[in-house]
Amino acid sequence: MDHYPEKPQKAYYYGTCLVDMMYPEAGMAGIRLLQQEGVKVIFPSGQTCCGQPAYNSGFPDEARAVARKQLALFPEGHPIVVPSGSCAGMMRHHYPKLFDGDPDIDRIIDFSQRIFELSEFLVQVLNIKLQDRGDPIKVTWHSSCHALREMGIIEDSKSLIRQLKNVDLIELQHETDCCGFGGTFAVKQPAISAAMVKDKTDDILQTGAARLITGDCGCLLNISGAMQHNNIRIGGQHLAEFIWERINDQPSTA
Amino acid sequence: MTNPQPLDFDKNVSRALNDTQLIKNIKSAMATLVSKRKTIFSDATETEQLRTLGNALKKNALSKLPQLLEQLEEKCTQNGIKVHWAETAAEANQQVLDIMKSHGATRLVKGKSMVSEEMELNAFLQKHGIEALETDLGEFIIQLNHETPAHIIVPAIHKNKDQISKIFHDNIPDAPYTEDVAELTAIARKTLRQKFYQADVGLSGVNFAVAETGTLCLVENEGNGRMCTTVPRVHIALMGLEKVVEKLADVPPLLRLLIGSATGQLITTYVNMITSPRKEGEKDGPKEVHLIILDNGRSKIYADPRRRQTLQCIRCGTCLSHCPVYNRIGGHAYGYIYPGPIGKILNPQVEGLKTAGVLASASSLCNACEEVCPVKIQIPDLIRRIRNESYSKDSTCTIEGHGYKRNLTEVLIWKVWQIINTHPSINAAGLKILNVLGLKIPKIGPLKYWTRYRTTPELAKKSLHELAKQHGVDHE
Repeated sequence: MDHYPEKPQKAYYYGTCLVDMMYPEAGMAGIRLLQQEGVKVIFPSGQTCCGQPAYNSGFPDEARAVARKQLALFPEGHPIVVPSGSCAGMMRHHYPKLFDGDPDIDRIIDFSQRIFELSEFLVQVLNIKLQDRGDPIKVTWHSSCHALREMGIIEDSKSLIRQLKNVDLIELQHETDCCGFGGTFAVKQPAISAAMVKDKTDDILQTGAARLITGDCGCLLNISGAMQHNNIRIGGQHLAEFIWERINDQPSTA
Repeated sequence: MTNPQPLDFDKNVSRALNDTQLIKNIKSAMATLVSKRKTIFSDATETEQLRTLGNALKKNALSKLPQLLEQLEEKCTQNGIKVHWAETAAEANQQVLDIMKSHGATRLVKGKSMVSEEMELNAFLQKHGIEALETDLGEFIIQLNHETPAHIIVPAIHKNKDQISKIFHDNIPDAPYTEDVAELTAIARKTLRQKFYQADVGLSGVNFAVAETGTLCLVENEGNGRMCTTVPRVHIALMGLEKVVEKLADVPPLLRLLIGSATGQLITTYVNMITSPRKEGEKDGPKEVHLIILDNGRSKIYADPRRRQTLQCIRCGTCLSHCPVYNRIGGHAYGYIYPGPIGKILNPQVEGLKTAGVLASASSLCNACEEVCPVKIQIPDLIRRIRNESYSKDSTCTIEGHGYKRNLTEVLIWKVWQIINTHPSINAAGLKILNVLGLKIPKIGPLKYWTRYRTTPELAKKSLHELAKQHGVDHE
């Protein structure tokens, strides 16, 4: 993104369906990080899913129906912060295509331009400064494909980890390789997906890191699930939750 | 055309995934190609400008394709090149055969041509008693081993040195067994050199055909292309109709993009610019040059304004090299001559969805292909388009076989998904019910595939909606 807005008084928060169901503590961490920086957070309660699963699976009408519901929940001009590069990419870059030719297209483009990935927003808009209160730890980082190639915000995410003085970030050898999640890809082509996540977990293992950090819960579900399945004792965590715990020395749900 | 039966992709995938040597060869070779490309395109800004230019040049050529093809024919004819039009692969094969027959020719040497692979020309000629010999080293290796190319640019990349040693020893008369690369190359060189002298006709592909001047541009690194196009008395060039560009000045940036993306070089060892047969008083070159322009399904793609960009492809193969799926299964599993991301969009459009539509499922939509495509084809968007049409019986669909995958189960799943996600209260209630049932998502349907390699996803005790409410976060 070329120009970022000034720090706003209020921001909307779009939690995403995966965070809502599986990783709410990561979602809460994102909300509380924004609040800690003095931003009043609004979490519209009608929000569900951005529509990406159907959009990528050959069901655009169903995707549009769900996406249209979300659009209506963010009427004011505040920025919309999303703790996922993939869902943010869907709403920032794919909504205008999904609604191409729609009578409501101007409002949809305005919505898309208000979408920010969480770490992008923390770094570029809020210029957040982190004080690490945690014990020394070695971590590694996985870049989600859409955070990397659609949102282009990976450097923001990694710069947050690098601000934490007791955290040693060991980079993967193949950081930009897809982990094999790909939404329904993981169930439509399970064997190929498994080969991809196997390579990812091997790469994670060779870093000697104690924890895997990433900014997308789809990747996290896939990689953590594969590590647990293979008894690899490396925990996976969303970046927001990791940061929250490091700087506050307590869980985001406390 | 090549695969009238639906592709058994699952079987191909499982065979490839179990071939550890194959995957090792592919991964290591692709890593080399990726790193060489990175070195050549190290300046991100310059690369982006160049890709934007490449996209504009190919888009421009496609926007006036009929006119440029006519101009190409006119210029080539003026220059003394005989132009033939082929609607199908069968027609093009027949044209090659007719040209050979008119010269009483029985021996053909071939430079690398993916279009000839698409036509299955070698098998066709063999049936008619003509020896068609591949002279590109990689193509030569796989021809000896009766295989098809595993990669658009590096056809024998799935073989390592030891495997090639064995192929040579088993298939070339009097070839001693050696694992020495220089000796292996010398064996190939000696075998091929003799064939170049004996051949009646040489065949090549075309990288770019310039409408303005009637020039056929051909790049290669081994000199075999130059031999095929200059030593025999007749040269036949094969091109897909999308290979035409408007001006000679379009060629340098496109060459830079093609070569940098394909092999990570600044320029290939040989750049052939062919404009005419041997002229009066010239001492070398073929006496006759033929150009066969092949459609073979391309005009069907051309007719759709969104899908048309598929024809921008310059066959650099870099989308294959960067593709995480190609890297795990290699080229043959795709079942068609064009594998990888470009194959996932090209084959279903040419062959129809019933036979080749399954290829569109083999993508995690990671966007690595789109990121490196030198002419900026939006491959992931076209994969989505193919997926959409696979399930849609709508009359606005334009891909042959659309709606082939539509089934009640999936239609219902996505309808239910839509209802849940457009009714937040149902969504919340559903989550609660699953929570009561034991915090696990039921291990049925797609989840049984997921759990073969991963633990079952667990639902959180409280959703973010509940936590946000509990923490007093404003909801409007």
